[in-house]
Amino acid sequence: MEDRTVTTPADARTAALNESGERTVIELRNINKKFGDEVVLNNLNLKIKDKEFITFLGPSGCGKTTMLRIIAGFLEADSGQVIFEGKDISDLPPHKRQVNTIFQRYQLFPHLNVYENVAFGLRNRRMKEKDISQKVEEMLDLVNLRGFQRRDIASLSGGQQQRVAIARALAVDPQVLLLDEPLAALDLKLRKDMQVELKNIQKRLGITFVFVTHDQQEALSMSDTVVVMNEGEIQQIGSPEDIYNEPKNAFVADFIGESNILDGVMLDDFKAKFSGAVFQCLDKGFAVNESVDIVIRPEDVDVVPVEQGEITGVITSNTFKGIHFEMIVDIQNFKWMIQTTDYYPVGSTIGIEIEPDAIHVMKKSKYSGMFGDYSTFSDEMEHLSDITEEEDA
Amino acid sequence: MKQSPLARRMVTAPYMVWAAIFIVVPLIFVVYYSLIDADGVFTLENIKSIPAYRGIMLNSIWLGFAATLISLVIAYPLAYIMARASKNVQRTMMMLVMLPMWMNLLIRTYSLMILLQDTGIINGVLGRLHLPAVHMINTRFAVILGMVYNYIPYMILPLYSIMAKMDHGLVEAAQDLGANKLAVIRKIIFPLSLPGVASGFTMVFVPSVSTFYISKKLGGSTFALIGDLIEMQFKSANNYNLGAALSLVLMVLILISIAIMNRFTGDDDDGGVLI
Repeated sequence: MEDRTVTTPADARTAALNESGERTVIELRNINKKFGDEVVLNNLNLKIKDKEFITFLGPSGCGKTTMLRIIAGFLEADSGQVIFEGKDISDLPPHKRQVNTIFQRYQLFPHLNVYENVAFGLRNRRMKEKDISQKVEEMLDLVNLRGFQRRDIASLSGGQQQRVAIARALAVDPQVLLLDEPLAALDLKLRKDMQVELKNIQKRLGITFVFVTHDQQEALSMSDTVVVMNEGEIQQIGSPEDIYNEPKNAFVADFIGESNILDGVMLDDFKAKFSGAVFQCLDKGFAVNESVDIVIRPEDVDVVPVEQGEITGVITSNTFKGIHFEMIVDIQNFKWMIQTTDYYPVGSTIGIEIEPDAIHVMKKSKYSGMFGDYSTFSDEMEHLSDITEEEDA
Repeated sequence: MKQSPLARRMVTAPYMVWAAIFIVVPLIFVVYYSLIDADGVFTLENIKSIPAYRGIMLNSIWLGFAATLISLVIAYPLAYIMARASKNVQRTMMMLVMLPMWMNLLIRTYSLMILLQDTGIINGVLGRLHLPAVHMINTRFAVILGMVYNYIPYMILPLYSIMAKMDHGLVEAAQDLGANKLAVIRKIIFPLSLPGVASGFTMVFVPSVSTFYISKKLGGSTFALIGDLIEMQFKSANNYNLGAALSLVLMVLILISIAIMNRFTGDDDDGGVLI
């Protein structure tokens, strides 16, 4: 288990880097940004390793796109520094930075054809026409658009435009590629394909990808490192597995996947009390009787006969989801989400057992008590919130 | 909502009638008059006599072209700054551009005349400062100034409207790919604003080349343009037939200039084109 002594995410990150000894390509130091009175970024610190796929993940308005625009140079931070390869580039205009961006709406130049779009950055470097044409061809091959040189931008589908945008950004051999929700405008099937393809391109070219998304599935499946952000602050930095299995606070637990987040008390090391029962767990280092948040993933709950259960609950709804059933279970007036492969009828009482490694204990944070009860949960609500998120983005 | 063809025809009918009476019929008259003599007999004499006025025509085109070019040079940066400014500043600047247009063209031209005369306001001020007087009225300069002053809003508006609509993201994308300020303007902003340039060009060139009042008041009687010539035929010389022939030629000239402009912009339908 990880050490629970108080560490800021940035400290943890620094420590991790020192251990692995990997090279830092971009470092953000004490970045602050306000829009009017609204704090968008609050003292952000982050190191981005060379050749890694790092994702800024968070709901809309969390500051992730602002962060990206500060790295690209389109926005200036109110205070703090952007360090690129050990040099402070905070005052450098965008066209002098060795980072390139793939924009959410692609921003292809409508008056130029595919060839000229991809060649745009090369022409700014005054390369020879022969080299340009060779590079453009190479890039179009890379994104599977061989033979599209003379096509008009307006004649391309969304997915093809996306590929041109990728080719255009990669043509100038950036050391770091910034991607601002690049897949948001694509339909689900295409998005899945592009996820795989982007990941492959990143591996093949061996450059750093800084990816911004509000889609947690996308972040988990593509990234080496995930940076979870909310309200202008980094909530947690870690590998996708760490973020999912060891959320640092209630916000992360709720944002990544489904979670039951309960009030609990640590009676002692390895001993947590919640829902009126005492459970064995793997966490230690808390004060005796410290109030904590307990996270239990819906798939980690074992349903057993009532008499064998550590606690019991009444099923209030049961929805078939294909691979599993998703039940809302009332346990002492707190609504849990539980996923099982067996069917239990609504209204029946079930016993519940939780393995020690399924119990994740988190320190109380300002997000405590805000999430985790499924009594108001409905798919429709979630769907609606997704739509507004896309409109904001 | 889909309308039946008949319903649509009914709705547009009043405009069709209007256009027929006030545009098509007069045009037919112009063509008709240009092809007859004073006795109403068919003749090509009117058309044949036009090359005699070649000098006046070239002068008109040259002055109109110069005024249009100067308008473009002044209006382009102004429109760019306007499109970039905050919403409030944009509104204020728009007001200032529109304000002179609320006054009649004759009054505006008259006030320019008062400013430029040998005994006018500017020379009055120069005299007070013990500076030599400058002769400005009845010069090419005065005529071009009058055209630019009167018609520049028609250049600013289409340029502004196309630049305001331009996606700033494209500028960022260009910067991202290593384009400096100059390259952004040259490779992105200017090419994308071409439909606005063409539209503004036509809208200033057409009234400039056909004006008669501006040249009369600011250019003096010695400075006849094609518009003055046409006016003269109808008002004092009473030669309607030559006037109609000259109008016909002017119209053809204008149509050619519009056609050339449209070639520059291709068949792009979006933005700025007001005609």
